[in-house]
Amino acid sequence: MSKPHDHDHDGGHHPQPLSGIEARVRAVESLLLEKGLVSSDAIDRVVSAYEKDIGPLNGARAVARAWRDQQFKKRLLADATAALHELGIGGLQGEHMMAVENTPKVHNVVVCTLCSCYPWPVLGLPPAWYKSPPYRSRMVKEPRAVLGEFGVKLDPSVEVRVWDSSAEIRYLVLPMRPKGTDNLSEDDLAKLVTRDSMIGVGTIASG
Amino acid sequence: MADSKLDRLTGDAAVPRKNGELVFDEPWQSRAFGLAVGLAERGVFEWEEFRTRLIAAVRDGGGDPGASPATLYYRQWLAALEALLADKGLVQAHDVADRAAQFAAGERDEVF
Repeated sequence: MSKPHDHDHDGGHHPQPLSGIEARVRAVESLLLEKGLVSSDAIDRVVSAYEKDIGPLNGARAVARAWRDQQFKKRLLADATAALHELGIGGLQGEHMMAVENTPKVHNVVVCTLCSCYPWPVLGLPPAWYKSPPYRSRMVKEPRAVLGEFGVKLDPSVEVRVWDSSAEIRYLVLPMRPKGTDNLSEDDLAKLVTRDSMIGVGTIASG
Repeated sequence: MADSKLDRLTGDAAVPRKNGELVFDEPWQSRAFGLAVGLAERGVFEWEEFRTRLIAAVRDGGGDPGASPATLYYRQWLAALEALLADKGLVQAHDVADRAAQFAAGERDEVF
């Protein structure tokens, strides 16, 4: 942050006139501050929480833990909301999380056919395609074809299960642990876990 | 904490994103964003109340067609927020206009 700053706040003067819209936002904030309805710090926190997208990191941590800890995996599959809570992952606001496990025989994939329900606190911001009407409609009708377009080639014997997210329940796919990762730490495993693999439109290559 | 608020803004009312991440072209946009989300988190209003006004503001459209998508969107966002605050009797439109004039004229210069 070494660029010269053109916005001098520490003097009593105003180096640059505010645009109409800037002045208006400041006016609203200033009136709300006076009424004690907001604090500048709280707004800063909100903006940085959303700007610094938590990304799929939370979900990746949960997957890595489940790969290494069979007891945690059981809890995750039995009650994902509670298991995620153990890892300090919350903010789900009433929506239930359900974890679905990929196996050599079953591949799970998540869609929201009605809108774009997505487990934000776990997977971060949804990718643009997740919200696109073609993804939403085609994933239900022809999941294998759509998965193929994402590069997920499945043996015909593998059953594909499509989970439709809703306001009440959201899904996390527990991908298969790649081979050759037995010696990796939880942190290193988490780095392998991609967002797409937790939606079900990706698999994880061997480390 | 990220939550489902933005999830519930869909279609034309969805927040501008690039590669999944929020797009703010100018600081006032993130400020307006933080105000609405922060007020809802504090329970000053329900997110749904803001959402319906945002959808109405987006539907009404308007604004400089040459402006960037984020600029147009957050103008509508701010209009929705102002409308809601006025409806709730929390901040009156004329107070906003007066205060904005003071900022624009340099009579007020608060540090944020």
